[in-house]
Amino acid sequence: MEQYIFYILASIILVFSYLTVTSRMILRAAVYLLFVLIATSGIYFMLNYNFLAAVQLTVYAGGIAVLIVFSVLLTSQLNEKMEKVTPVKMLSGGLIAFAGAILTISTITQYEFVANGLAELDPSPKAIGYAMLSYEHNGYVLPFEVISVLLLAAMVGAIVIAKRPAKLLNEDATEVDMSFPTSKDAYKSRTKEEIDSLLK
Amino acid sequence: MIQGIGLHEILVVSSLMFFLGIYGFFTRKNLITILMSIELILNSVNINFVAFNKYLYPNMMQGHFFSLFVIAIAAAEAAVAIAIIIDLFRNIKTIDVEKVSTMKN
Amino acid sequence: MDFQYTILIPGLMFLSFVYNILWGRTQAPKIAGLIGTTSILIAAILSYYTAYQYFFNVGLVNGTFQAIIPFKMEWLRFNDLLFIDMGVLLDPISIMMLVVVTTISSMVHIYSFGYMHGDDGFPRFYAFLSLFSFSMLGLVIATNIFQMYVFWELVGVSSFLLIGYYYQKPSAVSAAKKAFIVTRFADFGFLVGILLISYITGTFDFGLLNDPNGAAMTQGAGAGFLGLSVMTWALILMFIGGAGKSAMFPLHIWLPDAMEGPTPVSALIHAATMVVAGVYLVARMFPLFHIAAPDAQQVVLAVGGFTSLFAAVIAITQIDIKRVLAFSTLSQLGYMMAALGASGYGAEEGIGYTASMWHLFTHAMFKALLFLGAGSIIHAVHSNNMTDMGGLRKYMPITHLTFLIGTLAIAGIPPFAGFFSKDEILVALHQSSHLWYWVEVVTAGLTAFYMFRLYFNVFWGENRHYHHAPHESGLAMTFPLMFLAFMAIVSGGFFMFDFGQFISANLVPYDIHIHWDVAGFSIAVAVVGISVATVLYMKPSAIPAKLANAFGPLYKATYNKFYFDEIYLFVTHKIVFGLIARPSAWFDRHVVDGLMNALAWITNLASNSIKGVQSGQLQHYAMSFVTGSVALVLFLLYFMTR
Repeated sequence: MEQYIFYILASIILVFSYLTVTSRMILRAAVYLLFVLIATSGIYFMLNYNFLAAVQLTVYAGGIAVLIVFSVLLTSQLNEKMEKVTPVKMLSGGLIAFAGAILTISTITQYEFVANGLAELDPSPKAIGYAMLSYEHNGYVLPFEVISVLLLAAMVGAIVIAKRPAKLLNEDATEVDMSFPTSKDAYKSRTKEEIDSLLK
Repeated sequence: MIQGIGLHEILVVSSLMFFLGIYGFFTRKNLITILMSIELILNSVNINFVAFNKYLYPNMMQGHFFSLFVIAIAAAEAAVAIAIIIDLFRNIKTIDVEKVSTMKN
Repeated sequence: MDFQYTILIPGLMFLSFVYNILWGRTQAPKIAGLIGTTSILIAAILSYYTAYQYFFNVGLVNGTFQAIIPFKMEWLRFNDLLFIDMGVLLDPISIMMLVVVTTISSMVHIYSFGYMHGDDGFPRFYAFLSLFSFSMLGLVIATNIFQMYVFWELVGVSSFLLIGYYYQKPSAVSAAKKAFIVTRFADFGFLVGILLISYITGTFDFGLLNDPNGAAMTQGAGAGFLGLSVMTWALILMFIGGAGKSAMFPLHIWLPDAMEGPTPVSALIHAATMVVAGVYLVARMFPLFHIAAPDAQQVVLAVGGFTSLFAAVIAITQIDIKRVLAFSTLSQLGYMMAALGASGYGAEEGIGYTASMWHLFTHAMFKALLFLGAGSIIHAVHSNNMTDMGGLRKYMPITHLTFLIGTLAIAGIPPFAGFFSKDEILVALHQSSHLWYWVEVVTAGLTAFYMFRLYFNVFWGENRHYHHAPHESGLAMTFPLMFLAFMAIVSGGFFMFDFGQFISANLVPYDIHIHWDVAGFSIAVAVVGISVATVLYMKPSAIPAKLANAFGPLYKATYNKFYFDEIYLFVTHKIVFGLIARPSAWFDRHVVDGLMNALAWITNLASNSIKGVQSGQLQHYAMSFVTGSVALVLFLLYFMTR
């Protein structure tokens, strides 16, 4: 029974992955990506990593996919199809990807993986929580803290990058004036009247 | 462990997903779809980590935690990438990767 | 006696130069002239005072004049033994030269007030005159060869600047370049000679080099090249430097062209002072020449003797008044060189040395006089050509009289100065070498002839049509003429029995007396020369033209200075440029540069062909990256698993 469920999930993943990278409607591609992410979380469930699967669903499917959909809505014409991929590009990219896939898969199938056969650890949220904040052996407090700093930095960076420049907030401005002030207007000497009028 | 499914099957699926992502990265022009391809690639890597952890070293949690961190990094990356894309769109009115070459020269 | 103040003599001129070159333009031109003239007059007074103190107050010590070094500082030390000083050396010839240089220079400074009046570059002219005086005085009082060389080159530079003073005139510019290049070429020989001598003897110092009992006399006697000792070669090389500066054959070609400079400059530099630097150099090194390298001394004799005859022959046919005087200068310098070449060391044998220095002295006076007189004439007539002059004696009485005195002096008529010094030179030659004695006697006759040809052509002959009537120059110009005419009279007779008391090769005073057998004959020859000139040129006549026709090719060759300029041009343009310079230039341009250009071209080509790789296209980069990774994995699999 599990076997079939895995096959179904695997085929969902592969089919929708393919559709994600080939669909010419961008919003549909985003939705297909969402399916792929959900199917992946299904595999995690099957592997008994419930917490990871939940994170996958909330962060990936719930967060990133939604973010992508928003950005699509902000930047693209939804009813327009993207232009076709040129045959040369498709051929060369497909060939390289295909060669890499063949190489990888043939190597994987030829290799005999050896399990260590020890007793399984319980990946309960409690155990995960302890491991995450432990600084002993097999503790992850350092990467945990690093990740939190990274997330903070990414948040600040994203805000700063995407923030509208102050000038654009003015009523009529349509474009950002990125040019440096030329010496002529920036340093031109002002007359006394001009200074007075500025001071008023 | 999934009943009746070996490590090889999972690895084949993740490899195919990985190279589909690569293919998308090569052929797509829109920056957002390229970002989606990258998400595919990251996802396939996550599956690999988890599978190796589960099948070969069930007594440890490294792969599991690596996946968690990759998800967190992917989230951060997506946020920043989308911020850049939106800013780019605002400035040059396009997110076509072939036209985004003004950093050149 | 404390002679430390002598450093002021060149020092004042240097200050004057610095002031005039920096601030001369900012004030009235007269001030620049006044500063220069005042400085040189003070320098002249100091020189006279020094001469008086040296000869009469210090006087003889143990029967000889001692060299005094009142001021010296170490300038550059190579090792414990070899070092270069800057200092002041006082001995009879350097003091005599101080007197000559400051006297002539003062006269020229005064004269230039009149001659250069109203010229745009008045302050510049005085600045350069000061620079020249400074370098010439520094050269004269040098304590070692290297200091002499430094000032030697400075003199060359100021000569260059003054010849090219009218820099808007292409001929002046090329004459300046010619003078500089020819003398610089000769100075190369001088430098090599200096290096050789310092290598042999380990010193630059004149005192050590010239000590007749010193080590320098025997060092370098062996180990020769082409049968001559190293010392001989070193001295011949130094003489090449001296010959370049003194315009000896075959390096004489620059001097006639140097007459493009203002006439006072010609009088100062190219007649009286700078051109005698070569003679002074040989005199300075005389003990070395005479004792250590007699062969080199023979070279000096031969070159000097030949130059004097050669130049006198050319002077006969020239029509440019300044060029006649220039060739006459060459001829007289040849006399001095020949006298040095024929001289022995001391007493009756050493009369050539005394005579040479004496002739240097008297020649400076009367040749400066002649040049300044010529300047006065040119100033009045606005032409250099004899054919534009004639009958000027009525218009310019002072110039006429002084010029006549100068002419008589150079022709060797007693009691004028030239007679005495030239007579002593002939005596010296008579003692040592009959061949060169006869050459110089003939030259003396030619000198009398061409000088009176010049004199008659300018002051007698027919009256020309002048644009405006020529008039006598002002006092600024006539005063130096009169002063120098006075000197041309007394410097011979006045010193008659005294000059040998002051200057002799071995520094021991010696009594000069006239040898009437030699002197009588030379007077006779001079009179013959004058008579011929009188017959030919006093009244306008057709005989000169007929004679020129009769001699035909010879006349033409002489008129063209025996085609030496053309020979040099041929050598430089056809042989040096054609065979060496142009092939090297071609090699440089095509092979050396070509190599570099080819490198650049190949680099450019290569980068052009691969610059597409850096497309700026993200997906191209990614594709290359993945392709490379796949290829690398394939490669590793293939090799690692086997």
